[in-house]
Amino acid sequence: MFDFETLRIIWWAILIFLVCGFAVMDGFDLGIGMLLPFLGKTDDERRVMLNTIGPTWEGNQTWLVTLGGISFGAWSLVYATFFSGLYTGMLVLLFGLFLRPVGFDYRSKLANPRWRSAWDWALFVGGAVPSVVLSLAAGNLIMGLPFQIDSDLRSTYSGSFWDLFQPFALLCVLVGVSLMCLHGAVFLHWRTEAALAERARRVILWSSLVFTVSFIAAGVWVAIGLDGYRITSAIDTITIANLSSKTVSKENGLWLANYSTYPWLRLSPLLATIGAGLVIFLSSRRYTGWAFLMSGLVVICVIVTAAGSMFPFIMPSSTSPTSSLTVWDSSASHYTLQFLFFATVLMMPIVMAYTAWVYRVLRGKVTVEDIQKNRNVLY
Amino acid sequence: MIINEVVELSRLQFALTALYHFLFVPLTLGLSFLLAIMESVYIMSSKLIYKDMTKFWGKLFGINFAMGITTGITLEFQFGTNWAYYSHYVGDVFGPLLAIEGMMAFFLESTFVGLFFFGWERLSKVQHLVVTWLLALGTSLSALWILIANGWMQYPVGAEFNYDTMRMELTSIADLFFNPIAQVKFVHTVAAGYVTGSMFVLGISAFYLLKNRDVAFARRSFRIASGFGLASVLSVIVLGDESGYTLGEVQKAKLATIEAEWETEESPASFTLFGFPNEETMTTDYAIKIPWVMGLIATRSIDEKVGGIKSILENNRERIKSGMIAYAYLQKLRQDNQDSKAKSAFEAHKDDLGYGLLLKRYTDKVVDATPAQIEEATRHSIPKVAPIFWTFRGMVLCGFMMLFIFAASFYYNTKRTAHKQRWLLRLAFYGIPLPWIASELGWVVAEYGRQPWTIAGILPTHLSVSSVDVGQLYLSLAGFFVFYTVLLVIELFLMIKYVRMGPSSLHTGRYHFEQDEVNHV
Repeated sequence: MFDFETLRIIWWAILIFLVCGFAVMDGFDLGIGMLLPFLGKTDDERRVMLNTIGPTWEGNQTWLVTLGGISFGAWSLVYATFFSGLYTGMLVLLFGLFLRPVGFDYRSKLANPRWRSAWDWALFVGGAVPSVVLSLAAGNLIMGLPFQIDSDLRSTYSGSFWDLFQPFALLCVLVGVSLMCLHGAVFLHWRTEAALAERARRVILWSSLVFTVSFIAAGVWVAIGLDGYRITSAIDTITIANLSSKTVSKENGLWLANYSTYPWLRLSPLLATIGAGLVIFLSSRRYTGWAFLMSGLVVICVIVTAAGSMFPFIMPSSTSPTSSLTVWDSSASHYTLQFLFFATVLMMPIVMAYTAWVYRVLRGKVTVEDIQKNRNVLY
Repeated sequence: MIINEVVELSRLQFALTALYHFLFVPLTLGLSFLLAIMESVYIMSSKLIYKDMTKFWGKLFGINFAMGITTGITLEFQFGTNWAYYSHYVGDVFGPLLAIEGMMAFFLESTFVGLFFFGWERLSKVQHLVVTWLLALGTSLSALWILIANGWMQYPVGAEFNYDTMRMELTSIADLFFNPIAQVKFVHTVAAGYVTGSMFVLGISAFYLLKNRDVAFARRSFRIASGFGLASVLSVIVLGDESGYTLGEVQKAKLATIEAEWETEESPASFTLFGFPNEETMTTDYAIKIPWVMGLIATRSIDEKVGGIKSILENNRERIKSGMIAYAYLQKLRQDNQDSKAKSAFEAHKDDLGYGLLLKRYTDKVVDATPAQIEEATRHSIPKVAPIFWTFRGMVLCGFMMLFIFAASFYYNTKRTAHKQRWLLRLAFYGIPLPWIASELGWVVAEYGRQPWTIAGILPTHLSVSSVDVGQLYLSLAGFFVFYTVLLVIELFLMIKYVRMGPSSLHTGRYHFEQDEVNHV
């Protein structure tokens, strides 16, 4: 139905859509995890925080699992190179994620305060570690990763875990972590009340500020101090191009090239920059639900900005630019993309529809009274 | 050249994490259905006790489910982290199945599991029942896609090698979905999960009956578990997945090792009940054989032959030699994909390419393999016999023990005296570990029995690994070891605590320990 060229662009878009889906839906869960030990002053308050997301966080995390599955199926070489290259980072991420299902489910099953406090910190780690590792990985993706792909299509990675901690990538961590805190705080402000909501509002203020400043700084850095990549040879968009047949140049500022080719793309960084300010405005006017939509939009804009700057690169290689993985040489076959496209278009709307229904059923604020009434049922 | 230690450590890590994950999955599968059944009874009978049953067994379900989620993500990550070449080589076929699993099944179960726990007040009775059924459906659907993926590893149909992209590519979705091995595996594994859930409920209910507390609650749970368990254990045994072992050469090799059948026997082959397989002499010492049985189990006929190990090895040797030719022409095609002579020669030997790749373990160039290396590769082209021979028998033994327990429970239930048969209650309680032992052993038979392949006949395990270094692997293994041990201790601690409390943990005031408190006051 679609030609291979169009289909691969669609699949690039689906990949970005899933990254956005994960960041928007699970982002506030991660943020609330990070804020848990600081915003919740009493056990009941912490339980309020947990129960705003308790029934839904698992479905939200499934965006990450699906993202993994989709990249495995539609972008196998990217999946293989990324996960094996960032081996230690991915395991640290995994160990962080371990703490969440058990943290939510086990924390309130015993009344012992030390048990509960230990799980609260576990949930903090479960929120912080994924936020940090994923932002760090994103920063390194933008910079290019040190890998090489041989003629058998086997990838070899030459960096270590500690090499990921580059100054630019650390700036990206600041962007990511502050954004997740903002997103989480906006959700709490919406779904809780009294002292807790007030504390969440204060987090909205400072996290917006940190996010906006660090996002602008990262943008300036990309414009004047960071190498971007560009394919300089002819592009074969009809078949799966042979990786090594392309030539790639690596130069300062190339990541801005797409903004001249597609001027409408500028909307994305623009919205991300002013969006956090709009979140503050909306939440100060008590449009808390709208503020949450706005912070979701900011999350999307940040991801689209990064991905849009890099297109058609998905994973540039800093040590062997010709090994870089792009939309044109790392996708699945035409047949697989076609069938997986239909499967996705059929199933994701259903998923989103029942997710929306679940949120509707669970709507409304969670209060300390709710917790006291349902001590033995709630998380 | 791939470092052997990397291969061995990656295998060890995958096996440990998969076996660990498989401690929780079967219980999730079975218990979710039992919850749906209990809640259905509640809706139909309007008896509150069935709602309490759904909630109490649901609590235990939750403790187990969290661990299933925790350990499940590991497996999806690991294909990429530890088996990167595998991911590239078969991602076009294998990957979409995991993607669909996520979209169709995993979203379903993880979205509705929250409502199952927290939706009692917010949903109507029927709505909540639908949620519970969707949760159960989600868990079984998830197993369906995973087993289609696994079935393809055992018997890869509907895909072809593409020398331009150096990977397997999907050619027929229908072949992939309707892979006969996948069907058999699905029924076998899911039914085994239902057995696990039933044994869990049966054994714990027996414990309450032995302690003579919450008798009404325990008797009803016991009854549901024995009925569902008997039906499930019968399907596991009757539809055991040996019936799939005649398809594909690697499956046949697995069957021959299960049986320690060294020579091809006249059909119908006999079944070796017991013996000591001897790898050196290629005989089974002290074998006790039952005529006909094996031929019947494996081929479901009396005139089809079941191939012996020696003839399988013979055949593999020829395929390895043919695979060397395929590999030589593949190299030419990688240089120049228009070379029509190389193309036709490659096509002729293409089916044996995987066998040629077996030599990669001994020589990087493949085409220069010495006769000794070919011999070595042939010898290792099937798994070791003894481990499979024993694990299979262990699994079957557990299966028949459970059949007895469920059948006896069912029988005394119909006579309404099950709660008085203390020997049976004790047996049911001490039998709780049986389904776990059987599941773990079954995993070993299926996956160790696939060696030396990750994808049967297509991609050797040795080639499938990532280019990571040994240090990273030791570190991750240590991490898994620490995390998984601590989590298991915590999980068992909570599970046992809640099992001991029983339905009193619901704080309804209707059950044993709360009654006690009332009495003391």
